[in-house]
Amino acid sequence: MAETATPSETVNRVRGARRSPAEHLAEAFTSGSVPGTVTLTEIPYQAMVGVRVDRTSDAGARVAAVTGGLPAACGEVTGSGSVNTLWLGPTEFMVVAPEEAHDSLGGSLVGDLTTALGNDAGQVVDLSANRTTFELSGSHARAVLEKTCSLDLHPRVFKAGTAVSTELAHIPVMLWKTSEDSYRIFPRASFADFLGRWLLDAMREYASPEVP
Amino acid sequence: MLLISCPNCGPRDETEFHYGGQAHIAYPENPNDLSDREWAEYLFYRENTKGTFAERWVHSTGCRQWFNMLRDTVSYEIHSIYAMGQSRPDITASSPKAEPEKPGEFTQSGDYGQAGDPGLAPGTATAPTSSEGV
Ligand SMILES: [Zn+2]
Repeated sequence: MAETATPSETVNRVRGARRSPAEHLAEAFTSGSVPGTVTLTEIPYQAMVGVRVDRTSDAGARVAAVTGGLPAACGEVTGSGSVNTLWLGPTEFMVVAPEEAHDSLGGSLVGDLTTALGNDAGQVVDLSANRTTFELSGSHARAVLEKTCSLDLHPRVFKAGTAVSTELAHIPVMLWKTSEDSYRIFPRASFADFLGRWLLDAMREYASPEVP
Repeated sequence: MLLISCPNCGPRDETEFHYGGQAHIAYPENPNDLSDREWAEYLFYRENTKGTFAERWVHSTGCRQWFNMLRDTVSYEIHSIYAMGQSRPDITASSPKAEPEKPGEFTQSGDYGQAGDPGLAPGTATAPTSSEGV
């Protein structure tokens, strides 16, 4: 009799086979972090769904019911808790959730969004493998970003709880300020190695005492 | 580096944008009626304006939306940013400007020293003969 893997065994095997885009840098991230000053970690495998819909339409309202709102303008992030939606454009959004929310891991995020859109104009695309997530935090996180980001990151302009798509080190990223001292950066997978090393390099000076 | 004010995202570096060429080129009503020459001219022939030029831009790394811009190709001064589908604004009343409106903005007029030259504004071009006696 053939042995059949249970669904949870299959899920765990799939999980074990995955490699995140910056996994090979995990040790470097740890050793390059300066606790209390600036730390860099990868948050791998987050579920991400690209949504295109007119937020004022019926379909937009149904999608918003799943995501906990759709942001109305550049910078806005909606949702509370673990599922958040970032504004990419007037009719384009990115839903970010923990990996467990993904349909292949027991969640129902992509399916729920697809059902909500129905046959109306728009699209729901599973983009979970498109980007990885870096978390840069600490009192000097902003100083690190300011070495490359041309946007005004001063707290009076760039407020916690807002996200923008822009460029870091000449590559396109989403930059989400999750709290006063913490940023989530979403580079595309193929840029993760480059951006990870770039950030490590930018962080290096903070490991040494400040030159008076 | 130009600082371009995206209608959706606000001022961003020029590197976040891509250029889309001359604005307000309407798709032919009846493309099949066009001769090869007319079709080629629709596809490829563009103004090469020295002065105020209406052009399309897209905010590639931001909201990915297109918009129109009225820009001086000599001074790089941005006169106006307006929505796709909107007609070209008339700026002859407010220009030419002798100086940038807000000093410190990323206008390069100082480098060229021609931003205030009336001959570069649309509709005010002086006849070629007028400079001969100078
Ligand atoms: Zn924009």
